[in-house]
Amino acid sequence: MQTVFDHPLFIPLCVTLAVIAIFPLLAGYIVLVERKVLADFQVRLGPMRVGPHGLLQPLADALKLLLKEDIVPTDADQAIFWFAPVISTFTALTAFSVLPLSDWLFVADVNVGILVIMAMSSVGILGIILGGWASNSHYPLLGALRSAAQLVSYEVALSFALLSGLMVAGTLSMQGIVKAQAERGVWFVFENFGLMIVPFVVYIIAATAETNRAPFDLPEAESELVAGFHTEYSGFRWALYFLAEYANIFVVSGVAVTLFWGGWLRPFPNVAWLQVPLNMVFPALLFIGSGASCFLLLKRLKDPIQQRVLVGAALLLMLVGLPFLIGPVNARIIGLFWFMFKVGCIVYLMIWFRGTFPRFRYDQLMNIGWKYMIPIGMGSIVVNGIVGIAKG
Amino acid sequence: MPTRITEIIEAAAAVAKGMSVTFKELMSPTVTENYPDEPPKFEERYRGVHVLQRDENGLEKCVACFLCAAACPSNCIYIEAAENTATARISGGERYAHAYNIDYTRCIFCGYCVEACPTDAITHGHDFEIASFNTSTLIYRKDRLLTPVPPGAKPPVIAAEAAASH
Repeated sequence: MQTVFDHPLFIPLCVTLAVIAIFPLLAGYIVLVERKVLADFQVRLGPMRVGPHGLLQPLADALKLLLKEDIVPTDADQAIFWFAPVISTFTALTAFSVLPLSDWLFVADVNVGILVIMAMSSVGILGIILGGWASNSHYPLLGALRSAAQLVSYEVALSFALLSGLMVAGTLSMQGIVKAQAERGVWFVFENFGLMIVPFVVYIIAATAETNRAPFDLPEAESELVAGFHTEYSGFRWALYFLAEYANIFVVSGVAVTLFWGGWLRPFPNVAWLQVPLNMVFPALLFIGSGASCFLLLKRLKDPIQQRVLVGAALLLMLVGLPFLIGPVNARIIGLFWFMFKVGCIVYLMIWFRGTFPRFRYDQLMNIGWKYMIPIGMGSIVVNGIVGIAKG
Repeated sequence: MPTRITEIIEAAAAVAKGMSVTFKELMSPTVTENYPDEPPKFEERYRGVHVLQRDENGLEKCVACFLCAAACPSNCIYIEAAENTATARISGGERYAHAYNIDYTRCIFCGYCVEACPTDAITHGHDFEIASFNTSTLIYRKDRLLTPVPPGAKPPVIAAEAAASH
C-alpha cells in the first residue's frame, strides 16, 4: 500500500479524478453564488425555492439539463456540432492540470506551466467558434465571429499582462512563481512599489473578455444574439459549454491568484507571528462562523425538510472548519484553503463586474482592447522592467 | 499623450464609481418578498377581496341602497334587499342586504363600489389568494364577505330565531 501512496503518479491521479468529479458540482455552486450575488446587487432574492435559500438549486439545474431533449438542427454539421463543446470542456479542464492548488496538491509542475494554460484557453475558444459555425444558423455564426475577433484582440493584452508578472517571477512554472513570491516575501501585485497592480488590472480586464463574461459577453449577448454561439445547443451539450465557461473563469482566476496574489501563500508569508492568527484562527473562524450564522436563518424557514437541509449544511461547514485547528492537518490543507479563498475573491470580483457594467458596443470593445489594454500592457512591461532592474 | 493618461484615470474613476453604486445596492435590504414562504406586505389601500363591515354595535353597515351595484362596471354585485323589522334588526338603516353576492369571476377590483358606498359598508380587504379550480366557488356570498361581530358588541336583535333565518 505504501508503494501506491509513494508512487509519483498517485497524487496527480487523485487530483485529476477529484477535479473531474468535483468541478462540475463546484461550477454549479459558482453559478448559484453568481445568481445570489447578482440578486443582492439587484435588490432581489435570487433562487429561494430548491432547498433552503436555493442551496440545492445546482442539483436541480444539473438534473434538468441531463433530462432535457438533445436537439441537433437538421442542417447542422453533425460531427463538428457534436465535437465543439467537447473541445471547450476538454481544454478548460486540461488547464487545471498545472494550477498549483497547494504546495503538494497539483497534477503537474511543468516548467512552461503558464504557457500550457494560455494555450489551452486559446484552443478553448476554438470550441466556441466551431460550435457557432457548425450550428448553421445566423445568431450562433455572429456569436462565433465576435468570439474570434475578441480572442485575437484580448489574447495580446492578456499575454502582455502575464509577461510583466513572469518577468518579476523569473520562471514560467506555476509552482516556481509561487515559490518566488515566498522567497521574496511579497505578493507580486505589491512588487515594484505597487506598480504591478497595473498589469493585474490589465489581466483581469483581458481575462474577463477572454472568458466571454459581462461586460465583454458579446459572443453570447442575449439581447442581440438570442444566446450567441450556443443558441442551437440544448441539454447536456449546452451544459458542457456552461461547464467550460465556469472552468475557464476558475482557471483565469487561478492564474491571477498564482501570478499576482501569492497562490497558496498566506498574506504576509514571511511574518512569523501571523502564522497562528491567519493560518489557524481565520479559516476556522470563517467556516465555523458561517456555519453558526446558518442557524440564525433557521427560524425563518417553515418547511421542516428545508430546516433539516440547512442544519446539515451548517454542520458540514463547521466540520470543514475543524481540521484547520489540528496542527499537522492544517499544514497540509492551508495552502488549498488560501488558493480557493483567493480564487473565490477574484470570481466574486468578476461577478461584481457583471452586476455593474452594461455590455460594451462592438467598437468600444475593440477600442479598449487595441487602444488601451495593449499599450498599457506594453508600457507596464517597460516600466516594471526598468523598476525591477533599478531595484536590483 | 497627457490627454490619453487623464482619459485612462477618468475611466478608472468611473469604474470605481460604478462599482461603488452596486456595492451600495448590495448592502441595501431586498425589495423582493419571499412570497409563498413569508406573508406578503401590503399597503393600506391595497384592493383585495371585499369585506362587508359592521358598526360598533355589530349591526351591518350595508343598507341595501344598490349604489355599489350601480357603480360596478363589470356588473358583478348582486343584492337582494329586505326590510328591518322590530324583531329582526340586521342593519342600522331601514333596509338591509338579504343577499349580497360578489362574483369574483367578473370583479376587476376597480374599487368603484367602495367609492360609491355611502355608509362605508363595503371595503377592500387584503386577501388575494382566491384562485380556484372551480369557478362556482368564486361567487362569494355574505357568509364569506361579512366581517365577524366585534367582541363585546350587543346588536339590538330581539328574536334570535329571526336573525338565524335570514
